[in-house]
Amino acid sequence: MTDDAPAIARAVGTGARTTPGDSPVGQPVKFYQVGSFAAGNRLLDEAHRSVQSTLGRTNSLTSGHRACQGCGEALGARYALDAAMRAAQGRMAVVNATGCLEVFSTPYPETSWQIPWLHSLFGNAPAVATGVAAAYRAKGRDDVRVVGQAGDGGTVDIGFGCLSGMFERNDDVLFICYDNEAYMNTGVQRSGATPPGARTATTEAIGREPGNPFGQGKDMPRLAMAHQIPYVATATVAELHDLEAKVEKAMSLRGARYIHLFVPCPLGWGSAPHDTIRLARLVKECGLFPVFEAEHGEVTSVSKIRRQVPVEDYLRLQTRYRHLFGSSEPGGSEGRPDIVERIQRIADANIRRLGLLDETLDEGPPPDGSGGGLSDRAAAGVL
Amino acid sequence: MLRQIEGSRAVAEVVSMCRPEVVCAYPISPQTHIIEAVGRKVKSGELAPCEFINVESEFAAMSVSIGASAAGARAYTATASQGLLFMIEAVFNAAGLGLPIVMTLANRAIGAPINIWNDHSDAMAVRDSGWVQLFAETNQDAADLHIQAFRLAEEVSLPVMVCMDGYVLTHAVERVDLPGQQEVDSFLPPYVPRQVLDPSEPVSIGAMVGPEAFEEVRYLAHVRQLQALELIPEVAGEFAEHFGRPAGGFVRPYRTEGAETIVVAMGSVLGTIKDTVDALREKGTAVGVLGITSFRPFPGAALRDGLAGAKRVVVVEKAFSIGFGGVLSTDVAMALTGLSIPVSTVVAGLGGRPIMGKSLAAVFVDADHGRLGELTFLDLRKDLIDKELARMADRRRSGPTAENVLRDAQSVLPSLT
Amino acid sequence: MDKPFAITLDPGSSLANHTGSWRVERPVYVDRLPPCNDACPAGENIQRWLYDSEDAGYEQAWRHLIEDNPLPAVMGRACFHPCETACNRGQLDEAVGINAIERFLGDQAIMNGWHVEPGKPGSGKRVLVVGSGPAGLSAAYQLRRLGHEVSIYEAAEMPGGMMRYGIPSYRLPRDVLKAEVDRIVGMGVELVVGRPVTDILELMGAGGFDAAFLAVGAQQSRNAYVPAGDATHVMGAVSLLSSVDAGSPPLLGRRVVVYGGGDTAMDAARTARRLGATDAVIVYRRTRERMPAHDIEVEEAAEEGVKMKWLSTIAGADQGRLVLEKMELDEHGFPRPTGETEELDADTLVLALGQQADLSLLSGVPDVVIDDGVVEVSEDMMTGHPGIFAGGDMAGPPRGGRVLDDRTVTVAVGHGKRAARSIHAWLQGVEISRPERHPLAVYEALNTWYYADAPRTERPRLDLARRQSSFEEVVGGLDESNALFEARRCMSCGNCFECDNCYGVCPDNAVKKLGVGKRYAFDYDYCKGCGICVEECPCGAIAMEPELI
Repeated sequence: MTDDAPAIARAVGTGARTTPGDSPVGQPVKFYQVGSFAAGNRLLDEAHRSVQSTLGRTNSLTSGHRACQGCGEALGARYALDAAMRAAQGRMAVVNATGCLEVFSTPYPETSWQIPWLHSLFGNAPAVATGVAAAYRAKGRDDVRVVGQAGDGGTVDIGFGCLSGMFERNDDVLFICYDNEAYMNTGVQRSGATPPGARTATTEAIGREPGNPFGQGKDMPRLAMAHQIPYVATATVAELHDLEAKVEKAMSLRGARYIHLFVPCPLGWGSAPHDTIRLARLVKECGLFPVFEAEHGEVTSVSKIRRQVPVEDYLRLQTRYRHLFGSSEPGGSEGRPDIVERIQRIADANIRRLGLLDETLDEGPPPDGSGGGLSDRAAAGVL
Repeated sequence: MLRQIEGSRAVAEVVSMCRPEVVCAYPISPQTHIIEAVGRKVKSGELAPCEFINVESEFAAMSVSIGASAAGARAYTATASQGLLFMIEAVFNAAGLGLPIVMTLANRAIGAPINIWNDHSDAMAVRDSGWVQLFAETNQDAADLHIQAFRLAEEVSLPVMVCMDGYVLTHAVERVDLPGQQEVDSFLPPYVPRQVLDPSEPVSIGAMVGPEAFEEVRYLAHVRQLQALELIPEVAGEFAEHFGRPAGGFVRPYRTEGAETIVVAMGSVLGTIKDTVDALREKGTAVGVLGITSFRPFPGAALRDGLAGAKRVVVVEKAFSIGFGGVLSTDVAMALTGLSIPVSTVVAGLGGRPIMGKSLAAVFVDADHGRLGELTFLDLRKDLIDKELARMADRRRSGPTAENVLRDAQSVLPSLT
Repeated sequence: MDKPFAITLDPGSSLANHTGSWRVERPVYVDRLPPCNDACPAGENIQRWLYDSEDAGYEQAWRHLIEDNPLPAVMGRACFHPCETACNRGQLDEAVGINAIERFLGDQAIMNGWHVEPGKPGSGKRVLVVGSGPAGLSAAYQLRRLGHEVSIYEAAEMPGGMMRYGIPSYRLPRDVLKAEVDRIVGMGVELVVGRPVTDILELMGAGGFDAAFLAVGAQQSRNAYVPAGDATHVMGAVSLLSSVDAGSPPLLGRRVVVYGGGDTAMDAARTARRLGATDAVIVYRRTRERMPAHDIEVEEAAEEGVKMKWLSTIAGADQGRLVLEKMELDEHGFPRPTGETEELDADTLVLALGQQADLSLLSGVPDVVIDDGVVEVSEDMMTGHPGIFAGGDMAGPPRGGRVLDDRTVTVAVGHGKRAARSIHAWLQGVEISRPERHPLAVYEALNTWYYADAPRTERPRLDLARRQSSFEEVVGGLDESNALFEARRCMSCGNCFECDNCYGVCPDNAVKKLGVGKRYAFDYDYCKGCGICVEECPCGAIAMEPELI
């Protein structure tokens, strides 16, 4: 995708990345109103249509599962695995760590999975996936592809050792982390992926530094990159075509691959179930969750911010950040604009580091290391 | 083919002949020689197809084995002591999922204090995990049990742990009769999994089961162990026929005819006990031995039959349940329910403490004279204990007991340091 | 496979678990009225023909278009496109260029000779249409399609009414007008020109007409009293424009002042520039904001060098000189004289203070009510006299209908259509049924994220030098590629266009895709009522309703 292509070509380009060498950038590809932002596009040729728009999608995770209303993880799992199934031509097996996704999909006597699926433990999904891949290889069946998956706890915390081992050995596994930024299955406790300021059941919104402390947590995509594995990507459930293209790209490679998928959790975040995709969109548009791809440890592409918003737009939709915002009630709290500003600075740093805005493309960090104009503007909005 | 060979190497030779398709390796003494030798065979191409995976922990070793087994591969790994404990969650999980993984456990003590020497604390810690646990008395035994282990595991779809004493067996060079590849192949058919992760039949393995069916699932796991109980003598019989020597089975009696005192034990200590029994028999003491090969499933009936004629039973075991007493002896006592045969526990060889024939003989004689207490610690150094107890009484506070005892002991066992 | 009890389960077995029982609200598919359709005085289904255009189905688009309006090439030039003012895309970036696409379709039809069959078999009824302006042509066309015999009586020598005599050719080339009139005539409509109608009842009786539609327009310039000496040339704007059209432009001199603030005033001033006036000045008694002329006309006039004097009235004229009195706005926004005057040189004063209809043909017709210079009509466009209908500039707003204060070509076309459908029903003795309007598709109901960034395509403009010296058409048309592009900017407000988003975004796979053109259905067995589909529907075609328990 080139950054100076006209807007419409750019919109199409996201989907078109699925067929390298046949780039339609600059080509008169019909886009029909929604380009490739919406799930479907009846005027695009089959190869450029999203998996989710097709009647023949696998529905890897089918109806009847017990995920909460508006569950981002359920959506993300179907998005990612259906895309992987198309790429693998239906020859695939999945290993799932313990967590919401596992619990809501397979309570005896019913499973929602329509693909070969194995659950062992909370912390060992990457290793189990390694074992499955090894078995297929030993049996001469390496046409069957292996995907491991876990929530953020199963990935960045308890499963990190196994994941790191799997990465380091470059085992032939695509591992997908469904990141909803806390331990949701057990009742919303903090994980190593919980963002600063967020309230969880173990980082209550009380005291001088309410919510999760600043200066903690793991940047898992960058940790994955540090393993020099063939492919690392981040994505959200708000950008289906981007996610599908990344899954397809990952599936075209062998060795250890990692996709970090941002999946909002209405229950854990205190957001409206209908806002799940909106939140995923806002987190990227405000810069808090950079969407990018990396190969062998180097960033190869970033998804630009299209309609930038201050972090406040994203935070305000979630009661886990409610303590940051004042109340209009008489005698209500003044909120913590200072913390909102600190969160904005994190977003600004991401934007700078990865060049998430077109105009920041060639800019280095400002010499004084300050947040620059963006954070000032955002701060003004907050205060 | 008879070979003078280290126990670990012998096991590696036999395991390789069983054609495992995925082998995980994580180093921990005293198991390491086994996995090194298997790795060499894979690297050289002698063992193929086989994926040899250097994992980052024992937890991963068992987890990779779980994945491999669920995907239809014959999976093998080996561990010991802390390693077994580190993988314990996956150990239970493999059994719960009914995956026929075979694992060698080179028995070793568990810390703290850290100790690399042999006892059975590790095996006892996973007693209730659902694995089949077989104990080898000799290196020949260890080699032969591995061949049977794969047969058993795959026929009942349960994981099997072959326990062999660390160092005492793993590092001992002995004469072992190793089978030929063809012999093994004709005894052990290729692995046909009961359930498998396969795109052509996409099942979900590892569901969450609530109170409505969990007890039933557990009961069925027990039924599976009972099936193994039926199968163990069958396989042992077939093995004897096929390879021309006995191995496996439930229990192995030695000079129990007319024995008033029967000693029960597992593993390599049986050799010392047999020598002691021989000596005592010469002196006219009516002592016999019953060695247990299959600890889980526990062959209660066979044990009861074997011990029914005794006036008393002495269980010599290399583990104990702190705050309670014997582990194996509890099971033995259960097997003798209603027979009015007293069971004494002798805890011996913890952390590699040598079990001396002389000491055993004294205990057995005491037993014969009805003088042996319920729980005896063999060769316990009373002087050290008394000193530390006195110090504790004096200071009335907790402290690093282990260090104090070691300092007082001042090279208790110079031969092992 | 020998599956262990409880631990291993069969694929997709959760379909037995109907999670729809969790729901407290249910999503439903709805159709809302797009603001463009809502705003169109001609009642065009704009969104529909934009939809057809999006995959280059131009003839299909045109055929949908002319169901409501037989003059798309004219309208694509002369309409002031309230649709674009209403267009939701205007709040996102810029409104869709609906008018430009309409013109493109109209021009495509002329170029390719697309025509319309009369439609239904003959009804045996004869309808008289008086006036061949947009209202009359629209009515005649619709009546013909409904199978009636139609005769149009036109007083002037050429058909078109104010399209010909009120809109200069630089805005509406005459060959375009001719082509569209010819197509209507080609459907078997009888067109009689040069025949003013003076007594409608007599003509109906003599001609055996079962009904009549009167659309004579408002051709007479309104006069204001300007005390003027002989030397100042004073003329009406409509006569200026019609004489230009007839090929005999009057001599205006170098300095022309146009008095008035409507579109006709702008056209008069712009025409004066083209006829060689170096100074063309518009004098208007209120401010720019209160000018009735459309912005685009004011802008184009200014571009062409027309000057404006706001808050001024003409107090007198003599010897090539006008006396202007300055006005000011009172607290209600009405202009009031200040007593302050100034002078302005003028060779010609053109009065563009509005037109009125000549309603003499109705004199003596019983039950017809005339109020404030226009004929009162019912909701069905019928005058008080049964069988006589009226529309266009001569009629007041239809009772019960929306009040459109504009007297425009588009309003007239809408009147013609409405009247024709009413006449058809009246002739058959049936009540006309009007479907209820859907709720409006407001901008807030959309999720504009999903629309590709696509700035509007501007139509090319004739260069200024030629605009000031010739009557060549000022605004060019779109070519096919940018017409297609522009059509695709439509957001399909309020109506599903099968983007598959709901099908994609449902975490419970509870949306069934029914196939191309058949849209989707909710599977309420599994829909948990999270509402993501509602939030993420680009065009606002899904609504949440309380679950009836």
